[in-house]
Amino acid sequence: MKRLRTFIFLLAAAPVMAFAAGATVHLDKAPVNLGDQESLQRGARTFVNYCLNCHSAASMRYSRLQDLGLTEDQIKENLMFAADKPGETMKVGMTKADGAAWFGVTPPDLSVIARSRGADYLYTYMRSFYRDSSTATGWNNLVFNKVGMPHVLWTLQGEMAPVMKKEGEHEVIERLQLVKPGSLSLAEYDAMTGDLVNYLVWMGEPAQVQRKQLGVIVLAFLAVFFVVAYYLKKEYWKDIH
Amino acid sequence: MSALQKMMGWIDDRFPLTSTYKAHLSEYYAPKNFNFWYFFGSLALLVLVLQIVTGIFLTMNYKPDAELAFASVEYIMRDVEWGWLIRYMHSTGASLFFVVVYLHMFRGLMYGSYRKPRELLWIFGVLIYVALMAEAFLGYLLPWGQMSFWGAQVIVNLFSAVPFIGEDLSIWIRGDYVISDATLNRFFAFHVIALPLVLIALVAVHLVALHEVGSNNPDGIEIKKKKDPVTHIPLDGIPFHPYYTVKDIVGVVVFLMVFSAIVFFAPEMGGYFLEANNFIPADPLKTPLHIAPLWYFTPFYAILRAVPPLFGSQFPGVVAMGMSIVLLFFLPWLDRSKVKSIRYRGPIYKIALALFIVAFIGLGYLGLLPATPIATMIAQVFSVIYFLFFLLMPWYTSIDKTKPEPERVTG
Repeated sequence: MKRLRTFIFLLAAAPVMAFAAGATVHLDKAPVNLGDQESLQRGARTFVNYCLNCHSAASMRYSRLQDLGLTEDQIKENLMFAADKPGETMKVGMTKADGAAWFGVTPPDLSVIARSRGADYLYTYMRSFYRDSSTATGWNNLVFNKVGMPHVLWTLQGEMAPVMKKEGEHEVIERLQLVKPGSLSLAEYDAMTGDLVNYLVWMGEPAQVQRKQLGVIVLAFLAVFFVVAYYLKKEYWKDIH
Repeated sequence: MSALQKMMGWIDDRFPLTSTYKAHLSEYYAPKNFNFWYFFGSLALLVLVLQIVTGIFLTMNYKPDAELAFASVEYIMRDVEWGWLIRYMHSTGASLFFVVVYLHMFRGLMYGSYRKPRELLWIFGVLIYVALMAEAFLGYLLPWGQMSFWGAQVIVNLFSAVPFIGEDLSIWIRGDYVISDATLNRFFAFHVIALPLVLIALVAVHLVALHEVGSNNPDGIEIKKKKDPVTHIPLDGIPFHPYYTVKDIVGVVVFLMVFSAIVFFAPEMGGYFLEANNFIPADPLKTPLHIAPLWYFTPFYAILRAVPPLFGSQFPGVVAMGMSIVLLFFLPWLDRSKVKSIRYRGPIYKIALALFIVAFIGLGYLGLLPATPIATMIAQVFSVIYFLFFLLMPWYTSIDKTKPEPERVTG
């Protein structure tokens, strides 16, 4: 009964909360193109170098990267730092307990993160970190307030600071501004995170490219089958009036 | 006598093969005027077979264990040969099952297929629908994502609204105080064997009842009343095989095109068939902001939320939701019209049915949204329409002006 009441309350409160969370944030369109193998390869490199230290992708096998046009040797030499065999999945050494102790929550597995969060969210998230002295890590994020994750890519993007504006009685963040440049220009950083998100979308369902190709063949077959079935029916029914 | 005839004779002496084939296919006479709406019965059967076959293959790699379930689904999606195809066929099939069943039921409403002598046929059909809802609900827990977990939590909690025994009842259903590994295991057992057995048995009796009374048709008249004096075959009847088998093949191909378009190009169907939140592993400590059941349950969910609590208890809403389905069983006796088909009914029934469909789809839409005061008010209006469609039916169908039915079926 109590649980149900809590639930009803949550239902009643949900739209308010959803509005509060959704009103301020505009998501940028992620440049997803699964046909661009080089972009996917660059994304994979960024992923194993920067994400795969804390975040696992426990459903993703290194050997599957061959689908991106890489050879097994290339994968072994350039992308496999935390595993011995290409058949292994992308696990991390950090334990769940360590993660929870260091960041407040265990960094989530990223195997299907693009399917739960969506590409645009991830693309915007990766580009929305800013300096905030009030948080434990010294970083905050426009699309994920008080996020436990520090800005891992800050040496590349540089440091952003919020530009405030008055909205009624409150001060709200209008936009972010670069205050300390990183090793990449902002355009290069956007391109890099674009590749990374492209890779995350691919990794969310590695079969999706094959799926769509097969779909065309299946539908073409069914179209032919339809013509045959239609005329077969017509032939049988010609004497029914 | 050929060898084949000899063999058939040998079998027929021991098993009614030829007579069964004749009774149900080559000499089962169906009205010749079936239209578009008559494809969905055979399509429902097709989807049932698809679900059972894909389900069997999923079971070979799925792990009904709270620790392993979520990962095992991803294993199927990535490492099992054609696993992604089997899984998407199963998830798409679940939603399309409801699409074809809803259209099949709507056909019954339009042409009065539930009326005498088809009352039992209709009741078996409603039982199939109820079993199907249970099957879908149980199956949705298995991927063990956030929506699986919290959706099940919400629905099982409905039972805790029952006065006095509610709390114990919900614990008995879950096998735990919250949805847990124990719940997952029993839901798996019910989903893969108990409910499928019930479904197959009900489909069998649904078909036996159908073939006993014969199919209704868009004119809502009995073709058995006008038979050939010599052969005793209904004048407006044609053998199911080959006429309707070849016709149904066309329907099957069109259905498979829609099915494949979803499976291959939009398996998530914009979040309606596979919800984004269900790609997050179940977390008992993190309640999602917005919990909505899958689209095929939302009309009833909207009715549940539309009823205000009484003395802090949600029980009235639960009762209303239950009643909204129970009423379907009484339909054959609520309808007092002289005619069956909408073609010969008066304006009152046509308006009532149109309002009912608007209310049902409207409730379905509202059930997907968070409950705002305005949405709740509209849901209340739609719920009232939903119930009045049934409760006032004896009155409005008896005063409605009907047109005379034809002697023989029309085009």
